[in-house]
Amino acid sequence: MSDTAERTSAPVGGPPGGQPSRGFSQNFLRRSAVGAMQQREATVFVVVVLLIIYFGFISSVGRATFFTKIDLINVSQIAGPIIIIAIGEVFLLICGEIDLSVGFTYTLAPFLMHYLIDFYHVPGILAILLSLGMGLVVGWVNGFLTVTVGLPSFVATLGTGFALQGIMLITSHAEQSAIPGPVQGIGHWIGTFAWAEIGWAIFFVIIFHLVLRRTRWGLHTIAVGGNQLGAQEAGVNAARIKYGNFMLTATLGAFVGLQVAFQTSVIDPSSGGYQPMFYSVAAAVIGGTAMLGGSGTVIGALLGSIMLAVLTDGFNVIGVSANPLPLIFGLAILLAMTANVVFARLRERGRAL
Amino acid sequence: MTAVTSQGQAAQAPSGEDVLRVEHISKRFGAVTALRDINLHLKRGEVLALLGDNGAGKSTLIKIICGFQQPDGGRILIDGQEVTINSVGHARQLGIDVVYQDLALVNQLSVYHNMFLKREIVRWPFLANKKMRRIAREHLDELGVNIPSVDVDVAKLSGGQRQAIAVARAVFTDAKILLLDEPLAAMGAKEAAMILDLVRDLKQQGEVSVIIIAHNYGQVLEISDRINLLQHGEITFDKASKDTSVTELNEIVIEEYRRALADRRKAEGKTA
Repeated sequence: MSDTAERTSAPVGGPPGGQPSRGFSQNFLRRSAVGAMQQREATVFVVVVLLIIYFGFISSVGRATFFTKIDLINVSQIAGPIIIIAIGEVFLLICGEIDLSVGFTYTLAPFLMHYLIDFYHVPGILAILLSLGMGLVVGWVNGFLTVTVGLPSFVATLGTGFALQGIMLITSHAEQSAIPGPVQGIGHWIGTFAWAEIGWAIFFVIIFHLVLRRTRWGLHTIAVGGNQLGAQEAGVNAARIKYGNFMLTATLGAFVGLQVAFQTSVIDPSSGGYQPMFYSVAAAVIGGTAMLGGSGTVIGALLGSIMLAVLTDGFNVIGVSANPLPLIFGLAILLAMTANVVFARLRERGRAL
Repeated sequence: MTAVTSQGQAAQAPSGEDVLRVEHISKRFGAVTALRDINLHLKRGEVLALLGDNGAGKSTLIKIICGFQQPDGGRILIDGQEVTINSVGHARQLGIDVVYQDLALVNQLSVYHNMFLKREIVRWPFLANKKMRRIAREHLDELGVNIPSVDVDVAKLSGGQRQAIAVARAVFTDAKILLLDEPLAAMGAKEAAMILDLVRDLKQQGEVSVIIIAHNYGQVLEISDRINLLQHGEITFDKASKDTSVTELNEIVIEEYRRALADRRKAEGKTA
């Protein structure tokens, strides 16, 4: 975050030669206000804090439960899977693509693990690795359809999503399965343990924040989304970047599928699907990732996910019906997108002046 | 601007052998002959201005030199060696780089990330941002490119600044032959002066040879060593910049226009 803050608040109309502009302290307040406004993460962060205060206050007046350990675990278990999938979607959205099928990779992964262990007697750890590997394959297929065949990723992943759902339903006969015995031990650390979801999520956030902000892969992902032709002219292999990000997203989806199966102690054909995918895309967008590519942050997606989780759990805690929740999500997304557009216009005007 | 000194330099700059020779290049698109028989040469450290009206074949010639299109006939020599340039990447390997107006920069990335795009300095696993920032700054200062900070996103720069960054990047990545495709189009006087200064500096350093395509004769006369005029797919005029003038160039072009007009009237008269 500090990196973007530094860049967006850098003096634009300063004196030539890169010397620090004079009157720095006078400008500081105004500039940091402008910087904060330009920093989407800051806005979302404030919203999250306000929501926590609001739900904390409401619940402490009535039957206080929001600040209890159980409830923090609840929020973290809702947020974790959204965060992890949102990381993948952030990378894809930045390079100009989207994966609508990730929720079905999520559903299929634990079933594949179950088939491998119970029908083919594959050792537990290998079965988990092969299920994650299925994510790599699905991501590759999405990349192939989008980059090599040339379908829009929206259409390509809509198709692979349905196909994956079909494969899962045919092979499982739409029936639940129990977690196989051999993986229950390792499953504890992947998903059963109360803090596993948020622990893994934070681990992935740190890793992929650094990948996006500090490595060539991240730089090239932004370059491909910002100006694909230009990036290719500079020698960036746009196809490789897109294939890679599709594979990253699907693999993260498979991981989350396994996680949720362990957490709920059941392999369920109705888990996953479109909902976690749409929550993740919403989290990414609320966190400031542009649908048209070129910009976005992992930290923003983290905050967006926490915001959605706090909303979901907060309404539960204060005892209000869950029915208005989709309406509130919808308004939150619209508000975030509108703010995005308005701020972009303000920045544009600031540049022109 | 200092026309006198730049013409003084023009007299001494073109020394040494040809870095680029284009011999008898022709190109047809269906029934249209874009290039008839192009002969062109570029000396080391020279700035050659390629002038000509729209449709004269300037863009086709540039596209052939930068490997984007293949000629139907003729040959290209680089440092005296005959080469078949089969792709843009190949041309770049040979040290030929084209700077299109405002095309290859990524708006969302900082100036120094743009300059190092695909040539990043990496201290595994992270980008060596500090080092890249410092080198980019030094390089731009050396070239006299005037931008407030290498940290700003390219989106925040003006057209001239962006063009300057694109040129600086091409030079930076060891281009020996630089093709500037209408670098001054749609640019204000101040912006144009910045690009012209940049080209002048490159010329003084003498390591890069430049072909500059332009419409404004006055501007290019000042910075170029030699003028080539492209008309109807042929080079019809080749003179040192100091031996010609805006008036002479204008006369040639206007005369051509009149002759073409007269020819057309004659043809119309015959058919009528």
